[in-house]
Amino acid sequence: MSTPDLVADSVVKRFADHVAVDSLSFSVKRGSFFSILGPSGCGKTTLLRMIAGFIAPDSGDIAIGGKSMRDVAPNRRPVNMVFQQLALFPMMSVGENVAFGLARRGMPKAERLKRSNAMLERVSLGGAADKRVDELSGGQRQRVAIARSLVLEPTLLLLDEPLGALDLKLREHMKIELKQLQAAFGTTFVYITHDQSEALVLSDHVGVMSHGRFEQLGTPQDLYYRPQTPFVAGFVGANNRIVGRATGTDGAILEVTTADGWVVRALKSGSIAAGDAVEVFVRPEVAILARNAATLPPDQPHHSGQVQSVLFDGANSAVLLQEERTRREFRIALPQTGQFSDLKPQEKVAFSFDPARAVCFAARAGAAGTDA
Amino acid sequence: MLNAAADKRWHGRFALALLLAPALLWLGSLIILPHADLAVLSFRERVGPRQYSASLAQYKTFFTEPLYWHVFLRTAVMSVIATFMTLLLAFPIAWIIAKLARGRAGSLLFIICLIPFWVSETVRTLGWMILLRESGVLPALLVKLGLTDVPVELLYRDATIMVGLVYTSLLFMVVPLVSSLESLDNSLIEAAYDLGAGGLSILRSIVIPHAAPGITAGCIVVFMLTLGNYLTPTLLGGKNSQWFTEQIYTQFITRFNWEQGAAFGFLLLGLSTALVMVGLRLSGQRFGDVMRRT
Repeated sequence: MSTPDLVADSVVKRFADHVAVDSLSFSVKRGSFFSILGPSGCGKTTLLRMIAGFIAPDSGDIAIGGKSMRDVAPNRRPVNMVFQQLALFPMMSVGENVAFGLARRGMPKAERLKRSNAMLERVSLGGAADKRVDELSGGQRQRVAIARSLVLEPTLLLLDEPLGALDLKLREHMKIELKQLQAAFGTTFVYITHDQSEALVLSDHVGVMSHGRFEQLGTPQDLYYRPQTPFVAGFVGANNRIVGRATGTDGAILEVTTADGWVVRALKSGSIAAGDAVEVFVRPEVAILARNAATLPPDQPHHSGQVQSVLFDGANSAVLLQEERTRREFRIALPQTGQFSDLKPQEKVAFSFDPARAVCFAARAGAAGTDA
Repeated sequence: MLNAAADKRWHGRFALALLLAPALLWLGSLIILPHADLAVLSFRERVGPRQYSASLAQYKTFFTEPLYWHVFLRTAVMSVIATFMTLLLAFPIAWIIAKLARGRAGSLLFIICLIPFWVSETVRTLGWMILLRESGVLPALLVKLGLTDVPVELLYRDATIMVGLVYTSLLFMVVPLVSSLESLDNSLIEAAYDLGAGGLSILRSIVIPHAAPGITAGCIVVFMLTLGNYLTPTLLGGKNSQWFTEQIYTQFITRFNWEQGAAFGFLLLGLSTALVMVGLRLSGQRFGDVMRRT
């Protein structure tokens, strides 16, 4: 097995009174697409800037390509970064932007020109070398920023929420393009984002970060189907969150009763004793909707509710219910068969979900009793 | 309907004219009129009591009398050097204010640069004289430190004039530099650093191109102020100063030769215009862009 391109070993960074990055250790395999996903203020930008070398860790070490980066300045690291606002040089042409790093290495002009043009060709911007940066569209600028870094053949490419400034349509398009670029170049990408869909679509591995620590590190599928903490369950993908107390167990399945008396069942994660405050997470697509309770799977506990609103969004359509007795909100994804296309608000419906596909955690400190 | 629209347009124009009136009045009566009169003066020659004829004699005198064009060239060269030195000194100050100092520290530094300008230029220059004259503070200090045996006269030297000129001009360079450096996105500097550039290379390829309009604007202002300065060279340079504005003063006030003085005035105007144009051409800047940045 080859050495990982990036190894962080108990990296710590404090700012005044708060710990931005809290003793973080992880490694990123060569040629993989690694994302750090977290809400703003979770420390992901600090982590990225430490990898790039703009700030030094208080303790711990970062190794890139097997070499410790302690006391190595950003301009000497085999790492390049795509900035959030791209930071293309407006005083230079597109070609000069791409050739900037090569020129700093003292490469002769002819060779520089050849390489930067070839790189522009690879990101489908052949012939744009003489254009001014502000003549390009948002997506083209994005590609120039990536080309400017990749032309230096870095061990690691760092990307700091580069899609944040784009509009939705372009963002969707660039997601696919980024993935294809990474596959084509085979460079190791470290990508930070607060957008869970970007992280899921793009990455081979994702670290979900909160308060300077990784809550969970795994494949997008792991995070989605097997969240290990309530934070990951709530942050990655849509989820219904039900807060209550453990009132009984049936093997791995826990019975949970909310404060207002709604009983649900879910798979236990971690150790939970009877009477503990817990949080249950049910994915909208796990629940099954029916007009007649008799058509629901007989082996699942049945619940009933009233349609509050229908959220039509093509393939992502969902219905927002209120559980009949407790008036708690519950979201269910609508199947694509169209059988519920005539669903109306106030209509009474039944629903159920497989307890084995719902997950239950011991409640986080301070989270008990509050609803999502 | 149509009338109302026309009325409105007329009102708009009237308001614009009213707003521009003070500026136009100022320009017309204090700049254009006197200069028109000076232009007429410079192209005539006194041939007898109250008798004048059109001639180029005043300009001819300038070129045939070595003292005049010698002083003229000296003033130009010293002004260029003073401008360049002001730029070298102001750039790090502006960089600290715009990029390194945060929040209140930045404003404080700015105020420190500004405070000397609350005192009149005469008093400030006299302050330099108190410091530098033979019986002044600095020569006494040099003797005390054993660096010189007797107090040295530090006034009336070219270097002294230069110090005074740079000191007087500093703020006018710092202000446009700060505003142009503040608009430089820090991530551009980081990106250049990340792509392998060192400090000097970042300065040359990112900072200076970005700040070029501000640099040019500051240089133009400082150059014009220096070239037209009268007080500082006269007080700090004494008889040795040989500044061109002194020649103009002498012609107008001492010699009462207004015709010659007017011609010198126009030559100075021509000189500053020509040098500013050369400067703009050399730095590849456009006058309009530069003026928008000041």
